Amino acid sequence: MNPIAFLFRSSIGRKVLMAVTGVVLIGFIIGHLVGNLQIFQHPDHLNGYAQFLHQLGPLLWVARLGVLVCVVLHVWAATVLTLENRAARGAEAYAVAHTLRATLSSRMMRQTGVVVLAFVIYHLAHFTWGVADRSHFKENLAHYTMQSEYRVAGFPVVKAGTEVLDVHSMVILGFQSPVVSLFYIVAVGLLSFHLLHGIESMFQTLGWRSERWAGGLRKIALVFCAAYFFFNLTIPGSVVAGRLKQQSAHLVAVPGR
Amino acid sequence: MSAATTTKNFSVTLRVWRQAGTKQAGRFVEYAAKDLDPNMSFLEMLDVVNDELTLKGDEPIAFAHDCREGICGTCSCTINGKPHGPGKGIATCQLYMRSFREGDLITVEPFRAEAFPVVKDLVTDRSAFDKIQQAGGFITARAGSAPEANAAPVPKPDADLAMDAATCIGCGACVAACKNASAMLFVAAKVSHLGLLPQGQAERDRRVLAMAHTMDELGFGNCTNQYECSAACPKLISHDFIARMNRDYLTASVRSVFKVESASSGGGAG
Ligand code: HEM
Ligand code: FES
Repeated sequence: MNPIAFLFRSSIGRKVLMAVTGVVLIGFIIGHLVGNLQIFQHPDHLNGYAQFLHQLGPLLWVARLGVLVCVVLHVWAATVLTLENRAARGAEAYAVAHTLRATLSSRMMRQTGVVVLAFVIYHLAHFTWGVADRSHFKENLAHYTMQSEYRVAGFPVVKAGTEVLDVHSMVILGFQSPVVSLFYIVAVGLLSFHLLHGIESMFQTLGWRSERWAGGLRKIALVFCAAYFFFNLTIPGSVVAGRLKQQSAHLVAVPGR
Repeated sequence: MSAATTTKNFSVTLRVWRQAGTKQAGRFVEYAAKDLDPNMSFLEMLDVVNDELTLKGDEPIAFAHDCREGICGTCSCTINGKPHGPGKGIATCQLYMRSFREGDLITVEPFRAEAFPVVKDLVTDRSAFDKIQQAGGFITARAGSAPEANAAPVPKPDADLAMDAATCIGCGACVAACKNASAMLFVAAKVSHLGLLPQGQAERDRRVLAMAHTMDELGFGNCTNQYECSAACPKLISHDFIARMNRDYLTASVRSVFKVESASSGGGAG
């Protein structure tokens, strides 16, 4: 077999595919969260950041395509492996179902994954394509004028005075609907729950887990998932709680600080 | 398990899977197992029930067994949803009736896996494991008199770890317990017990690839790292061996791509 066939055809290969795409997706969601937390700073930050991403042009498309390929492969592997697993039990299921130690998170991977996938599609419809909430979509809002320069790693990338889309307002207006915010919070909660097993699982799949540090790995996964959930929660949470308002002036209070 | 030895006899109800043959449909049948000595083994209890069935002219419950001391891996069945029944690190033959209470309803099923077809009642055909073994669970050694034992030095930790893997009795409880009927723990144990030793190095890459691919072909499921297998294993073999096999498989598959092959393959003095 050639190496590609190993990855796509064998059981362990597909699991590796699942783990590696999982790592890329985790990297993406961390970057995405860190970028989004700029909402608690002056609107120049989030708006400048969004403008910077769009200025990347073809590079942005390379990144988008990379993430898309990972999502497709991850979901494809999950589907194929799950179907095989169903068939492997045979025609007759056990009359007495019994779980010895499989965690709830590990038993819910398919369900949490499907909700996350649905959420990702809704999220794109909401903030990228603008079909979920047209009136608050960035292209239908007044443009924003950058008050100061936006820098990435010290390099100025968006000049002061540039007219940009008002992503800061779009997000806040979007989250003023409690239903939408609740859906975001639940979905991100389920994603964190998916990762609670996913992080441990990918270490095992890649052969980097052993009982010597399994306890430490579990704690790392737990802390990561709790932190990931908390920081995601702060954005819709602050809007719904009225702590984060659409504004053009200075700094916005960060809740809990 | 508690060793509290009660002496009072008691009775339970068995709910046993009866299936006349691989192609026939099966169903559960209830049997009263009365006046049981708490210190009789589960298999002895089945013997008693079968004696009664035979006397009544009924077909006795078919169950597999051989050594009855936890070393052959024959006595595979699922008791109350757990392969080999309640208790840690035991085979069915090491399960005693004192693990149950008066009036319990005990459900006894065969191991459930597409790759382990039911032969009759509780007996399954687990020759799929033999096929995996035949694909690579061996070493090539010079025949003749045994070589000097210390000729190939084996570090003590490696020997111990290899021995942990080698305790596998091939009973199939890992497959039966796995939510996906995956054979990863069995294959990992067999791959590791040879792969950890110097004698197993010659075929190391070929072994892990061949055994893993044979496992796939036989219709076992895929591991989801939930570790039900190692919890059900009568020898408590660790799922660390699965991580080790994953690593071994990855390295072997990359290496196999760049492997240089002799132009004059086959034949010749090896
Ligand atoms: C942002 C999105 C996602 C991330 C970051 C993510 C991450 C992960 C990671 C790291 C793993 C562990 C890989 C391994 O077992 O070795 C995993 C497993 C899995 N994921 Fe996802 N995933 C995502 C979305 C999805 C979606 C949309 C689905 C379903 C349609 C899904 C279904 C699964 C399944 C079934 C597993 C296998 C679980 C197991 O091995 O028990 N995931 N995911
Ligand atoms: S009969 Fe041999 S292990 Fe139980």
